[in-house]
Amino acid sequence: MAYSDKVLDHYNNPRNVGSFDKSDPTVGTGMVGAPECGDVMKLQVKVNPATGVIEDAKFKTFGCGSAIASSSLATEWLRGKTVDEALAIKNTDIVNELSLPPVKIHCSVLAEDAIKAAIDDYKKKSNVEVPTKAHA
Amino acid sequence: MKLPIYMDNHATTPVDPRVFKAMTPYFTDTFGNAASRNHSFGWVAEDAVEKARKQVADLIGANNKEIVFTSGATESNNLALKGVAEMYAEKGDHIITAATEHKAILDTCKRLEKEGVKVTYLAVETNGLVDLNKLRAAMTDKTILVSLMYANNEIGVLQPVAEISKIAKERGALFHTDATQAVGKVPVDVIKDGIDLASISAHKMYGPKGVGALYVRRRNPRVQLTAQMDGGGHERGMRSGTLNVPGIVGLGEACALAKAEMPEESKRMAYLRDKLKDRLLASLDEAYINGTMEHRLPNNLNISFAFVEGESLLMGINEIAVSSGSACTSATLEPSYVLKALGAGDDLAHSSIRFGLGRFNTEEEVDYVAAKVIDVVNKLRELSPLYEMHKEGIDLTKVQWTAH
Repeated sequence: MAYSDKVLDHYNNPRNVGSFDKSDPTVGTGMVGAPECGDVMKLQVKVNPATGVIEDAKFKTFGCGSAIASSSLATEWLRGKTVDEALAIKNTDIVNELSLPPVKIHCSVLAEDAIKAAIDDYKKKSNVEVPTKAHA
Repeated sequence: MKLPIYMDNHATTPVDPRVFKAMTPYFTDTFGNAASRNHSFGWVAEDAVEKARKQVADLIGANNKEIVFTSGATESNNLALKGVAEMYAEKGDHIITAATEHKAILDTCKRLEKEGVKVTYLAVETNGLVDLNKLRAAMTDKTILVSLMYANNEIGVLQPVAEISKIAKERGALFHTDATQAVGKVPVDVIKDGIDLASISAHKMYGPKGVGALYVRRRNPRVQLTAQMDGGGHERGMRSGTLNVPGIVGLGEACALAKAEMPEESKRMAYLRDKLKDRLLASLDEAYINGTMEHRLPNNLNISFAFVEGESLLMGINEIAVSSGSACTSATLEPSYVLKALGAGDDLAHSSIRFGLGRFNTEEEVDYVAAKVIDVVNKLRELSPLYEMHKEGIDLTKVQWTAH
């Protein structure tokens, strides 16, 4: 399978790899996927509580190159967005940006899920009203 | 050293230049149809085919007349299973095979099941071997055929064929083995191993693609097959179709070379393979060998690098041609059913890499591959949330994962 240049770039130079302290109240952590499915994404956002702006984002991903690229791209997009803006990121945006083929669309879905799970977690911790949905 | 490096010799092998040289005249100068009985073009082709038949037979301790040329091991497997099921239908309707067989066996069995044949798929032990007691227990008076592969194409484990054939014989069943990966790599002897039918492929042993053979025993017992291809009655009626003379010459030459060079070559393969294995295991924690090392092809290594997904690893070592049991590299999006059958867990199946060494690999290449794999595994583990959790002492099997 041939990879797009953007996927290769994110794979070779992943952005914002790492972890924040999960117990920090300004940090939201989303972990989605499962090892037996071949994909696990951990995505974290660090939010300025005063402004609601995501000041930093980090990820770690177990998965194929497209999964790594999707989560790497997600961290780039999250930085500087408010939590509500972040929730507007759609998996199709990731598919288009990375030119993912149909068999890799699930990687983008996972990245969108990870974003939502991370923001959910942050909102819960900071006692902001949260929509009810399943998350990691 | 030239890049890319080819280390996927279970998928296919390059044609040995000596094989290629032997084949070339049969495309242009001596192009006759081996079935043309009334002119020299036909006679020359027939002589070449008969010489090749002897070369194939000699490699596996068979008689010339027991070799049926086919288009490859998939066809040989189809002919063996369907041909026996049809020919011996009055005697019985039960076939025994194993879960780790090649798809050419499993899918042929699925087809036969639709036609009313009963098939037992034996589970294998965690080392990849069939439990002989389970085989014994599965045998019935209706069992006409036991089909178990000689060497596995993913994990290279060698089944105890001599013992398996004894068990089959005790109950009056025939024994077929898919010997595609074994012939030319380890000594296969149809007498000592008690084999009744064996599938052989040229392109796994430095011969050309599109040609193979089926060994069909002629004495003790005389095995009969119902032909699956109707036509001119070639190959003693078992496989009609004009013979692929250049391909057959290539298969024959590949067998002759394998016979002459196997003792030395298998030692060299085992040395290189063990060097690769030792390097990887010395530098990387949480690396697991799939299948027993004790009964194994000398050129096979299959390792799972825990917490690293196989396709992402292949991407990082893209100038090295190997394969992975990861779902992302398969057409079905399912991880390797062979590794799953070992009970390794899907996560380790996703993390597996198969190295298949071959005649043309050098020690320099092995050193390069080892260093590169170690480097990329370490890099990907830096990226892996699972490795991080493992390092924190979290038991990943106890984590509640979100399905997707």
